[in-house]
Amino acid sequence: MTSVKIKLNPAEVAKLREACASFNNEAGELINVLHKAQSIFGYLPAEVQEIVAEELNVAVAKVYGVVTFYSFFTMIPKGQHPISVCTGTACYVRGADKVLDEFKRRLNIQVGETAADGKFSLSCLRCVGACGLAPVVMVGEKVYGRVSPDGVAEILAEYE
Amino acid sequence: MHLLVCGGTGCKASASDALEDKLTKELEEKSLQDEVQVVKTGCFGFCEKGPIVKVLPDNTFYTQVKPEDAKTIIEEHVIKGRKVERLLYLDPETKMHVTDSKHMGFYKKQIRVALRNCGFINPESIEEAIARDGYAALAKVLTEMTPDQAIQEILDSGLRGRGGGGFPTGLKWKLTAKEKADQKYVVCNADEGDPGAFMDRSILEGDPHSVIEAMAINGYCTGATKGLIYIRAEYPLAITRLKIAIDQAREFGLLGNDILGLGFDFDLEMRYGAGAFVCGEETALIHSMEGERGEPTFKPPFPSVEGYLKKPTNVNNVETYANIPVIFLKGANWFNKIGTEKSKGTKVFALAGKINNVGLIEVPMGTTLREVIYEIGGGIKDGKKFKAVQTGGPSGGCLTEKHLDTPIDFDNLIAVGSMMGSGGMIVMDEDDCMVSMAKFYLEFTVEESCGKCAPCRIGNKRLHEQLELITKGIGSKADLEKLRDLCNVIKDTSLCGLGQTSPNPVLSTIDNFYDEYLAHVEDQKCPAGVCKDLMQYVISHDECVGCTACARVCPVGAIAGERKGPHTIDSAICIKCGACIEKCKFNAISIQ
Ligand SMILES: Cc1cc2nc3c(=O)[nH]c(=O)nc-3n(C[C@H](O)[C@H](O)[C@H](O)COP(=O)(O)O)c2cc1C
Ligand code: SF4
Ligand code: SF4
Repeated sequence: MTSVKIKLNPAEVAKLREACASFNNEAGELINVLHKAQSIFGYLPAEVQEIVAEELNVAVAKVYGVVTFYSFFTMIPKGQHPISVCTGTACYVRGADKVLDEFKRRLNIQVGETAADGKFSLSCLRCVGACGLAPVVMVGEKVYGRVSPDGVAEILAEYE
Repeated sequence: MHLLVCGGTGCKASASDALEDKLTKELEEKSLQDEVQVVKTGCFGFCEKGPIVKVLPDNTFYTQVKPEDAKTIIEEHVIKGRKVERLLYLDPETKMHVTDSKHMGFYKKQIRVALRNCGFINPESIEEAIARDGYAALAKVLTEMTPDQAIQEILDSGLRGRGGGGFPTGLKWKLTAKEKADQKYVVCNADEGDPGAFMDRSILEGDPHSVIEAMAINGYCTGATKGLIYIRAEYPLAITRLKIAIDQAREFGLLGNDILGLGFDFDLEMRYGAGAFVCGEETALIHSMEGERGEPTFKPPFPSVEGYLKKPTNVNNVETYANIPVIFLKGANWFNKIGTEKSKGTKVFALAGKINNVGLIEVPMGTTLREVIYEIGGGIKDGKKFKAVQTGGPSGGCLTEKHLDTPIDFDNLIAVGSMMGSGGMIVMDEDDCMVSMAKFYLEFTVEESCGKCAPCRIGNKRLHEQLELITKGIGSKADLEKLRDLCNVIKDTSLCGLGQTSPNPVLSTIDNFYDEYLAHVEDQKCPAGVCKDLMQYVISHDECVGCTACARVCPVGAIAGERKGPHTIDSAICIKCGACIEKCKFNAISIQ
């Protein structure tokens, strides 16, 4: 894990400890606790994993093992406007790869990265189940349907 | 009169919430709110043309309704009784507006068993579920049947698991029931990991009570007092509706202690997935619920013997559960008359890809692919030619023209090299490259393999690399044979269903589209024109007028030529971005 220590906000840490307590600090609730933790901090840096390990009385390695297993959990902070391009089969068949390329090109980042100014981050997701609207892109909670490579600039402009 | 507005994920993304608000407001303005009710329902299935508004009792079916249209619907249809012509579904063949859903090709061949309530009730109201016989089956089972009798009914119905494996549901219940333990569990598998499938999501969003009811029945039959629903975190709307439904069921005494005063205890809890396809596999799912990495383990022991927290556990799929209440209400003998000899009942499919009517459909087992794609699906988009259909997602195979008349059931699909899977059905047309499709699925598998066993972890990676080379035109006929061998080794030696089925897309495309593979490796050509590395951008000197538009737009300076003189592309520099083609007003540039 990283050697650079980041400072966590004490209020958020208190919230995290509370969340652990609400699950009776049970090791079996690890995934539920991590969901909570990610909703508090936005991501799961090493420091947060250490606290979770301490609270649930399990090895940090185990927490790390679970965090890295599931793609929903991230150790990199997301951008202010996280962009997710659906790369499920329905979207792929209707051209999602070209849309994704266009986002990469315009933002100059790869999938899983956050732009230097912290504004946008880019990720892929597998099927939100709105296949009728393929290809689908989500920015935060907002769903955009039938996105074409040409439409990418327009979407980004909404958040400039 | 009722106005049903679809509130599924697809239609919500196209502003069905705003539409619902608008309809309600318009009705209030005209003081009609007591006579006409606006009901937010689950998915109607016709997602392609959402948002949908359906008017009851006359079944008028309005498509692509915008919030601005609310006023017209109220003033014309509700008040004056005139259908709003321009919002009716336009039959692509007859070019006529279809007045109601009963006459739409999309619905004609469908029978709704698992989806019986989707699109008819407000999923957030237990009263509406009860009004359509919700929980009547639970009451019947608890008062009239012993657990053994109830299991026998399911056995007689012939119901097989809808999660992919097709294991007889009654038999599974029996195996869990006969175990002796102080605690047993029933689990609903709502992980739905197949990308491009949304059957289970739609059931949970449209009719959560039927799943809750079936789980309680399952608990009674197997002796489990606790149920768990494992649902993927990517389905926020389904999660919300389930939570509401569980709370309502508790309030009505249909969950909790002493259900219906009949001395049976059963309650439910939710567990969330975190984005791992392999967690749909039942042993992985169980480990994930225990807070571990979702890695599959060897069976036996089967979950029915040693599952969640090492206790006997019965895992069933969402759609399997949705079928259960109907079987008790209408009888096993009603159910087993639908379908084919070895596959009873119906199957829900999510139709997607290059098809006109993307959406959710439910057809009797034994319906042919042709009926599904052409009659229900409305044929291929933009009048293109059908090329293949993938069933079973990343575990299934590509089927072609010659399979179109195969009746769909568990065994037939396996016989032709694919599988039922959970019900995703992706249609491809002439513009899709089959090697690229196989590569796409392998990319998915490589990403989702849990890495526990070598054939799957390393073998699939090698498969993917090999396919990558083929899309670049590198390889030989002998390599294709090696590819086939590797596929068979992975299938035979992987630990779980993921690895055992992941080579299917490769095998089936090699079998059915061998010439297309050969064209890549022998002629360095991609017949569908998809593989970038095999494409050449060429300017026809007959057509080129030397306007220089292409040279100016090319990001890498690959185009040379004098003003008013013919231009040429240096294919060694060209990155095949396609910018020049779009810019050229004279159609002088083509891909070869
Ligand atoms: C890799 C893999 C993924 C699976 N994904 C799912 C899934 O998303 N949903 C599901 O219900 N079953 C899935 N299954 C099948 C389950 O292991 C299990 O057979 C099923 O939930 C049993 O329910 P059923 O008998 O009602 O079909 C998957 C199996 C494998 C091997
Ligand atoms: S086959 Fe693949 S997914 Fe299944 S256990 Fe082995 S490595 Fe994991
Ligand atoms: S395809 Fe792109 S890179 Fe190639 S010549 Fe045209 S503009 Fe230039």
